[in-house]
Amino acid sequence: MNTETLDKLDSYSKNKYKYGFVTDIDSDKPKKGLNEETIKFISTKKNEPEWMLDWRLNSFSKWKKIKEPKWSNLNFPKIDYQDIYYYSAPKGFEKKPKDLSEVDPKLIETYNKLGIPLEEQKVLAGVAVDVVFDSVSVATTYKGQLEKLGIIFCSISEAIQKHPELVKKYLGSVIPPGDHSFSALNSAVFTDGSFVYIPENVKCPMELSTYFRINSENTGQFERTLIIADKGSYVSYLEGCTAPKRDENQLHAANVELIALEDAEIKYSTVQNWYPGDEEGKGGIYNFVTKRGLCAGNNSKISWTQVETGSAITWKYPSCILKGDNSIGEFYSVAITNNYQQADTGTKMTHIGKNTKSKIISKGISLGKSQNTYRGEVSFLRKADKARNYTQCDSLLVGNKCGAHTVPYIESKNNSAVIEHEASTSKINEDQLYYCRQRGLSHEEAVSLIVNGFCKQVLQELPMEFAVEAQKLVSISLEGSVG
Amino acid sequence: MFLEIKKLSIKIENKNILRNLNLNINEGEVHAIMGPNGSGKSTLANVLAGKEDYEILEGEVTFKNKNLFELNIEERAQEGMFLAFQYPVEIPGVNITPFLHSAINSKRNRFNQKEIDNLSFAKLLKSKASDLGIDIEMLKRSVNTGFSGGEKKRYEILQMSILNPDLAILDETDSGLDIDALKIVTEGVNKLKTKSNSFLIITHYQKLLDYIKPDFVHVMNNGSIVKSGGSEIASEIEKDGFQQFQ
Repeated sequence: MNTETLDKLDSYSKNKYKYGFVTDIDSDKPKKGLNEETIKFISTKKNEPEWMLDWRLNSFSKWKKIKEPKWSNLNFPKIDYQDIYYYSAPKGFEKKPKDLSEVDPKLIETYNKLGIPLEEQKVLAGVAVDVVFDSVSVATTYKGQLEKLGIIFCSISEAIQKHPELVKKYLGSVIPPGDHSFSALNSAVFTDGSFVYIPENVKCPMELSTYFRINSENTGQFERTLIIADKGSYVSYLEGCTAPKRDENQLHAANVELIALEDAEIKYSTVQNWYPGDEEGKGGIYNFVTKRGLCAGNNSKISWTQVETGSAITWKYPSCILKGDNSIGEFYSVAITNNYQQADTGTKMTHIGKNTKSKIISKGISLGKSQNTYRGEVSFLRKADKARNYTQCDSLLVGNKCGAHTVPYIESKNNSAVIEHEASTSKINEDQLYYCRQRGLSHEEAVSLIVNGFCKQVLQELPMEFAVEAQKLVSISLEGSVG
Repeated sequence: MFLEIKKLSIKIENKNILRNLNLNINEGEVHAIMGPNGSGKSTLANVLAGKEDYEILEGEVTFKNKNLFELNIEERAQEGMFLAFQYPVEIPGVNITPFLHSAINSKRNRFNQKEIDNLSFAKLLKSKASDLGIDIEMLKRSVNTGFSGGEKKRYEILQMSILNPDLAILDETDSGLDIDALKIVTEGVNKLKTKSNSFLIITHYQKLLDYIKPDFVHVMNNGSIVKSGGSEIASEIEKDGFQQFQ
């Protein structure tokens, strides 16, 4: 890349994060720190049954024994778990408001600013939204309409109260609390998140969506989401995330579990836009997320699509356990890192059943001084006859101070497995820029166009309503890039 | 004067590529530049379009009374300069239709004209494509991606007809084309020709000039124009090669 291009990239307007405001609202918090008292406080606040508290305390005792995973390509100071608030709710949220008239107008305004109106008539047609503010779910739209079909879409806190049999059966069944340190942490202190149950043979008629917002200072957000698709059902679910601009790092450690029974399909899409920190690398969210789906039944399918543009640190490997015969796992990912952002993301596909198929398409774009790693593991167990995997990892570098890394692991215990792997790393091409500009496009438009083209294979997997939004987000993420 | 190149000398990576080059093009004129490989023809095209790896040693270029060197690549394009590339680059994942739509609107924005909406643009594109005998299916593909050599050149001409430039520079557009493709491309150029736009056609072979009749033919050698005249020069080259001008 010639110097003029580098200068131009440098001169782009500085990183604009338009979701960086803080809502001034009184909140209810326990003392800082992670201990049994904090866990009991959370459980009491949520009026949980004893089995739930026991589960949390049990997870906490596991957490104390497990060390943080160290194998990622990430550099960050040690997290002080005793310097974090583990619960924060706008005052007066002991009970979830019944309707919007009971919600603090400041909250409604916050979501209007974020472009997520809570009034159903204003919400994107065909999308039901559950909204989580710090540690509590503040509103869920279109509930009535979904209930008629037997679909349960509510906060996990509500599900623990109203559907304990489902929660008991499935919570922790895909991600055991003792799996690793962040899963144990989340299991001990999770605060809210979404719960979805789709009954047998029901195709959910609208996109289900959760919107996560971190507002309070020094607060961790520990989201827990559980989605169960019963036999022959289908659901498409999307989550979005934002946080205020702050100089301190904040912790987000989510656990998401998906279960697809026989012939069921779950499509899970994420647009992650947590505050990434400023151009000097100060502040931003530490995003340590465990997402795992179990294709429990034959012919089931789980598909993950993620657009990761935010967070100072992203540590995330949405995975599929392909247990049912003929089950399918897919992972489509765009990860953009700019300035000092670090992302270590990828997937794990575990083939257990016969004729299982998995597909991985990963697009990493690195700008500024950022580091972007794809890490994936594809394994075929002994009984996975005729299983197949296709992996494609492409990295695009913009400028010459960033890094792209690809770490694919493949392990096969079955000789009939078919594995295809393609990988490429390229720099943004001067000739492409010249060509676009010769047609009248500005340098910035040209970069955005080329990068969006590079990601297209993944972006087109997003639900229609969000694809345009994601394209804009990709363009915004490229701003302020330093050569 | 529409395009005026005065005493232009250009260096690329310590090599003098253009030497004391002079060329004037008026509105409505078609000029052809011929010359052997390495004579500096393509460099001239890229210098005019603004590719950023050359050093100006001497001389000036005015385009529509503006100092060309004060405009960057996209400004030159928006002012009405178009370069049909010798080797159009592939841009995977970028669909032709929105790409050209953005291009035409960037030009309109420069002159504070109203942007063309999606629907009107789609109609315009369709009609221009059918004028050039381009299959509508092609418009669903990514820019130049997986195109044959002929398809790429035809697509360059389609872009030219959409952007309707004041000065179109065709850089060896005929190279790699069979006779049928050459006919389609040259017919496209002839259709676009008006009294107010100009063409600068760079070619190695005389064949192209059987289909596009230039008003002036220039012979370029070793970075300078060594002979100018009418279309008779092209016939001389066909007969005796470039040797006679060296």
